[in-house]
Amino acid sequence: MFNFFLLILIYSGIYALMALGQNIITGYGGLLSLTQAGFFAIGSYATAILTTRFGWSFWATLPAALILSAFFGLLIGLPTLRLKGDYLAIATLGFGEIVRNVLNNWDSVTRGPMGIQRIPMPDLFGFTINPYKKYAFLVMVFVFVGIAYFIFQRLARSRMGRALSAVREDEIAAQSMGINITTYKVFAFILGASVAGLAGSLQAVFSLSVTPGTYTFMVSVMVLCMVVLGGMGNFKASILGAFIIQLISYFPQLTGLSSVIPPQFKQILFGLILVVMMIWRPQGLLGREETRYGKKVAKSRKGGAR
Amino acid sequence: MILLETEALTRAYGGVVAVNKVDFVVESGLITGLIGPNGAGKTTLFNNMTGLDVPSSGKVFFNKKNITGLPAHTICRMGIARTFQNIRLFKELTVVENVMIGRHFKTGKSETKGRFLNAINSYVHMKQEEEQIYEKACDWLDFFGMASMKNELAKNLPYGRQRELEIARALATDPKLLFLDEPAAGMNPQETDHLMATIRKIRDLDITVVLIEHDMKLVMNICDTITVLNYGQKLAQGTPREIKHNPSVIEAYLGKEEE
Amino acid sequence: MGIAEFFQHLMNGLTLGGIYALIALGYTMVYGILKFINFAHGDVLMVGAYIGLFLFDWLRGDSPLGLWTLVAFFLAMIVSMGFSAAIGMFIERVAYKPLRKATRLAPLLSAIGVSFILSNGAAWAFGTHSRKFNYPFDNSAIHLGGVVITPHQILILVVSLVIMIILKIFVDKTRMGKAMRATSLDQGTAMLMGISVNRVISMTFAIGSALAAVGGILIALDFKVYATMGTMMGLKAFVAAVVGGIGNISGAMFGGILLGILETFGVAVFGIPTGLKDTIAFGVLILILLLKPEGLFGKVEKEKV
Ligand SMILES: Nc1ncnc2c1ncn2[C@@H]1O[C@H](COP(=O)(O)OP(=O)(O)OP(=O)(O)O)[C@@H](O)[C@H]1O
Ligand SMILES: [Mg+2]
Repeated sequence: MFNFFLLILIYSGIYALMALGQNIITGYGGLLSLTQAGFFAIGSYATAILTTRFGWSFWATLPAALILSAFFGLLIGLPTLRLKGDYLAIATLGFGEIVRNVLNNWDSVTRGPMGIQRIPMPDLFGFTINPYKKYAFLVMVFVFVGIAYFIFQRLARSRMGRALSAVREDEIAAQSMGINITTYKVFAFILGASVAGLAGSLQAVFSLSVTPGTYTFMVSVMVLCMVVLGGMGNFKASILGAFIIQLISYFPQLTGLSSVIPPQFKQILFGLILVVMMIWRPQGLLGREETRYGKKVAKSRKGGAR
Repeated sequence: MILLETEALTRAYGGVVAVNKVDFVVESGLITGLIGPNGAGKTTLFNNMTGLDVPSSGKVFFNKKNITGLPAHTICRMGIARTFQNIRLFKELTVVENVMIGRHFKTGKSETKGRFLNAINSYVHMKQEEEQIYEKACDWLDFFGMASMKNELAKNLPYGRQRELEIARALATDPKLLFLDEPAAGMNPQETDHLMATIRKIRDLDITVVLIEHDMKLVMNICDTITVLNYGQKLAQGTPREIKHNPSVIEAYLGKEEE
Repeated sequence: MGIAEFFQHLMNGLTLGGIYALIALGYTMVYGILKFINFAHGDVLMVGAYIGLFLFDWLRGDSPLGLWTLVAFFLAMIVSMGFSAAIGMFIERVAYKPLRKATRLAPLLSAIGVSFILSNGAAWAFGTHSRKFNYPFDNSAIHLGGVVITPHQILILVVSLVIMIILKIFVDKTRMGKAMRATSLDQGTAMLMGISVNRVISMTFAIGSALAAVGGILIALDFKVYATMGTMMGLKAFVAAVVGGIGNISGAMFGGILLGILETFGVAVFGIPTGLKDTIAFGVLILILLLKPEGLFGKVEKEKV
């Protein structure tokens, strides 16, 4: 039971990475991307193939997975981001399906539906991070979550984050303020894609095998749910959302009710969460992150008006 | 000195020629009025000079440089800022954030290029940068007497204040040339008087102002020179006195002047 | 490629395209009026297919192939259209209407939620195995000078053609159709003209969903019925709508047919592996977005500044 709880925590961490990425794209940039699963898959397969075929170490595959998914982010983002927002949703949804299609059919590289097994465990200074001994793995995952959170939070609180917010609020006004909106949108998209790729790498060495069936549209919707439930534009909320959604998805096993609760229960619940949140609490549980300027007013205005 | 100039600028939407071979001149240091009946093509002319729309033909020169068809963000960075006829604030952001966005490309070492990694690399640098942006934004809010509202959401401001905030945001980009699209629309007479004073103050900061306005009292009062558009064409150009007595302008405006 | 082979592929492409067109109409009509992509449209199609299938099996009982089975088929189709229309209106009322004034993202997210509820609800209710339609008539192929046509293809072509003609007449000639066009041009003005925009929107969803049901049932003749069948179909029909110029009814019909033909020829003539067949639609989408984002028949829509 306790072990099971650790497992949920690890998955929460892996999904939290994807949710952080989704939040920068959707929460800050206001762009509806539905393809975290696609980038997740690219990261996973990059690690799986590079370790099993080419004997790379896990750590060496990490940057490769990041760069590869970022590259695909750019590839899909550049044409669609220049256009109206709604197209992006469909284009990315299509992209996710294509990725799965390719994984299923490109037998010589991905081994098709069989997937790739026996991925080596990561190794750190001679210490093997064994996914069966979950503590070490948990620590590793959350180190990554911590780093990603730190970086994203910094970015969001800089003028970059403000520029992205401007793009979300009003593209025309943003342009007229000297902001290159395409650059910022593509940038958000690449960032979001690369953390999803990173999450994919971790997923690969956690389950020690990859199969196309893991990377379905449902994963993208789950990630979206995490961000919407927590609160768009709030990184802490994304992580919180990841925990809650993972708890929900393992609820039947946790409570020992898996024989009673139908397997579609969680997906139906995710769908309901999206609808209900939009109607009754669009800002999510925690709401958009408050900007910090409030505190500074008193201090910086000590001289009073001129 | 001529700061901005258009050469036979034309913008057609299908059959509608919204702007028709217009030669528009802006002298630096003056307040230029752009007037004309509804649908005359004033806003379209603005859009074509600020990069939000691309002319069908003709050219735009700013400081002697051809800026025709450049993207809006580039034109803004060259020193042209604007406001919008239907207010386009970042509604869900605070007042001060709106102005801070105006400072977006104006910071520290990254004057011209967005340096993404800066933010990650150096916390200190970022902090300084943010402080600078914030201070400057607050100065502009002070200029409009809006310092006390800085943490309100933009959408919660009264209408007149929203118009002023849009001007503050535009000014934060340190423009040489400022386009105002109907800045007094929806304002009451006191607010309009106050706005007139503000526009003069802006001119005194060495910023050239071009404004579209239907409020003739305002236009005649503060403009040094006026251009009149009608059906997309330039009808007349001159001092407020000349325009007031120009027969073709009177005809175009017949019955409209009282508005 | 011989003439006969060419016509064979063309025939196959037209059949597939006819179905895409039917589904694309729903996307395009809703987009025209609400400027929003109804993600759940593909899932309404799936629900329509299930309803049609169950009804048909029930009506048909174990009577042998004959006139009755054909009548039962059309009865099932019509009833399913009605049900689906009601479902479409219900979805709009519950999940989209409260969000008309919300941010642009809100209805999209809500639609994704609805889509998920429908597809997983169906998997729960009807099981995850796929089902097959019983043929409503003898489906042995007909040879027409080297071209093989199945009665199904004829049925699909005829039904989609008839429905599209009816729709076109409805939109062009009736009061409701005119109200729809007016609403899609300018909602505010339409309202001032005394058009009940709420009714128009409801009606749009009803028609779109009914057409989706027909599409679903027609696909089910050749493919199977399963809970997630709407996803890929919906995606492709959406591409068809974009190709034709989203918001444009004739454009959606044309886009659907074009996409069907492109897919068939892509696999048969250009040797794209069948496994990657779905990629074609996606490639077409990216291309059209790059080259002519307003679609073949769409107008360039620029936000007024
Ligand atoms: N994006 C567009 N597409 C099609 N027609 C347009 C577009 N923008 C403007 N027009 C048309 O161009 C003409 C000029 O419009 P514009 O907005 O420039 O007028 P204006 O002088 O600013 O009027 P107002 O005083 O009402 O603001 C109008 O006939 C308008 O309908
Ligand atoms: Mg105007």
